[in-house]
Amino acid sequence: MLQIAFFSVLNGLVYGMLLFMLSSGLTLIFGMMGVLNFAHAGFYMLGAYFAYSLGLYLGFWPALVLAPLLAGVAGAAVERFGLRRVHRFGHVAELIFTFGVALLIEEAVALLWGRPAKTYEVPAVLDFTLFRAFGSSFPAYKAFMLLVAVAIFLFIVAILTRTRAGLIIQASLTHPGMVAMLGHNVPRVFMIVFGIGSALAGLAGVIAGPVLGTFPGMAQVLGSIVFVVVVIGGLGSLTGAFAASLLIGIVQTFAVALDVSVGDVLMALGTPASASAALHDVWKVTVAQVAPIMPFLLLIVVLMVRPTGLFGTRET
Amino acid sequence: MSTPAPATARPLAVGRVARTGRLRAYAPWLAAAVVLVALPHVIRTPVAVPIMNQMGIAIVFALSYNMLLGQGGMLSFGHAVYFGLGGFIAAHALNLAGRDGLYLPVPLVPLVGGLGGLLCAVVFGSFSTMRAGTVFAMISLGVGELMAASSLIFDRFFGGEEGITTNRAKAPLLFGLSFTRDGEVYYLIAFWVLVAAAAMHAFSRTPIGRMANAVRDNPERAEFIGYSQRSVRYVSFCAAGLFAGVGGGLFAVNYEILTAENMGLTASGAVLLMAYIGGVGTFMGPVIGAVVFTFLQSMLSDYTGIWLLYLGVLFLATVLFVPTGLAGFLLLHAPAWRTRRLAGLIGPYLAAAAVALVAAAGVVGLLEMVHFVASAETTRVTKRLFWVSVAPRTLTPWLGFAALAVAGGLGLRWAAPRAAAAFAEANRPEPGR
Repeated sequence: MLQIAFFSVLNGLVYGMLLFMLSSGLTLIFGMMGVLNFAHAGFYMLGAYFAYSLGLYLGFWPALVLAPLLAGVAGAAVERFGLRRVHRFGHVAELIFTFGVALLIEEAVALLWGRPAKTYEVPAVLDFTLFRAFGSSFPAYKAFMLLVAVAIFLFIVAILTRTRAGLIIQASLTHPGMVAMLGHNVPRVFMIVFGIGSALAGLAGVIAGPVLGTFPGMAQVLGSIVFVVVVIGGLGSLTGAFAASLLIGIVQTFAVALDVSVGDVLMALGTPASASAALHDVWKVTVAQVAPIMPFLLLIVVLMVRPTGLFGTRET
Repeated sequence: MSTPAPATARPLAVGRVARTGRLRAYAPWLAAAVVLVALPHVIRTPVAVPIMNQMGIAIVFALSYNMLLGQGGMLSFGHAVYFGLGGFIAAHALNLAGRDGLYLPVPLVPLVGGLGGLLCAVVFGSFSTMRAGTVFAMISLGVGELMAASSLIFDRFFGGEEGITTNRAKAPLLFGLSFTRDGEVYYLIAFWVLVAAAAMHAFSRTPIGRMANAVRDNPERAEFIGYSQRSVRYVSFCAAGLFAGVGGGLFAVNYEILTAENMGLTASGAVLLMAYIGGVGTFMGPVIGAVVFTFLQSMLSDYTGIWLLYLGVLFLATVLFVPTGLAGFLLLHAPAWRTRRLAGLIGPYLAAAAVALVAAAGVVGLLEMVHFVASAETTRVTKRLFWVSVAPRTLTPWLGFAALAVAGGLGLRWAAPRAAAAFAEANRPEPGR
């Protein structure tokens, strides 16, 4: 039990921090532009694929730097030449536009790299066991992922709270009109934030690709979860995104580790449920099976009870 | 109510006007019925009937989606849930009928699907219609993902990976109709398409249908009139669920199999694409979108492996350049049509279309060659593209298609402003009016 708890917390932290790298950009973009970017996970996927291709020629470390930059440029281009056009048609049109971009990114990736998963592997330098505890091992690469994610987190906090650019971004979150009045080029700030958000998503892709798999469906797998994180945390709130990322990360890893079914629980309580065959499906459901549903249940409950999310202050 | 005028004072023509007015209202439906009956006799290729069946199902589904997006202003990313659940319930009912557990002839199966869709919409709609806008979109996405994930857990109902199969030949007969061939199913689908479309059109004309438009445009003012925006959305949502379920029931009858894929995010995305490409602002838009989408899906997928990419490009182009969709674009020309000034548009439009085709041919050629090279087929060196054989591993075709794309693009920069100017000219108010 202690082993499960220890490793679930560690893996949950790694997964949660990875989610935060995606959700931080998404929530910043939403906070400033009011648009939920469906294509955000697409840039995560682009990051992984760019890193895979660059890694073939340059190795992992240069790719770690270059791939997120490329993803960021792609994101900025989408904002500059697409989103800005659609902006005048309203939020629903923007949402539909980013949905289309997500679709297009997936198909473009499938066109250029093919449908089968790519063998994008952990670099040899980091391919060893960091430590062993309770009979299980913890790979060094996961520690590296955690390290990068924490570094990025500190970087974002430092930028937002310590620099002038961060001040403008924070002001644009709540008072975009006022910021424009003061002479700042708000559309350019939007483009830069969109680019940085995409670059962060790309970086998450670079470091997650070897672990979670590099295939054209990888954006869809993580995309919805990141949405859930942002909504639960409160749209536009970085603190909320951080808390919700860790919450979802740890809840999901714990659920996967627990192989207990509803029937087992009832059995433990002294009421065996095998008698009613009609609900057979329900009794044999294990906690591990419910794991993929849990974020979405949480999303619906949060939206019903508190549409602003845990830390948010506004609805849309 | 004013007192009725004496019979003698009423102009004689009123009765005739009312009668022709009614005829005008029914004429499109009669025409649609005639077209639906005649289609299989006009298009006689064997592949046409399955495609038309697919189109019919898509039309019902897309129209039901537009009750949400177009008429109610609710952007849903999970509408396939009601299509799929209605379909699963219809398939189970059909199986039960096959085991003589239930008297359910095949023509009534879509109704069962509709009731199933309605039931699910009543349940899920109760909390998802509390708010509009982004929150609604997010909840619909959550419900969609929830059901997609659940379908893998509850495999008694959803049949796991294989899905639920059914057999329409085992169901009891109604008037001796057996529906063993695709052609017979076509008429069943055509009948239900017509009934569902007429019912959805009628719904949009009811007071609650009109209120849905009001809530979409200005929820606050609708509340001031005394309507609860939430219940108006709820009613629209349930009606949309009902007709999506009818579509699912038709799917169950036509394909005799339902899988979890029918409820997934991809299916929900497809219906959004259909409705949007066709145009969400008009009743006919989603119909056009469903027909075009299904046609492209079944035709393009025969010719190219990257048809989804083309569909994505078409979708993005619609969002960026023609946000009113195909139907909205056609409707833009109604004033020019009425003032008989459409002729002046033909030349500039043809020019723009020609250069756009050249550009498209260039881009398609490049993409197809990328696809050819990336999919790494080592045995073949040449590929047929637009009726000519090209060798994608040599430089010449790349230059050729790139030249086409660039020339078309430059031509479009020349032709598009002229087409726009011609449109403005055709819509300029006549002097003296």
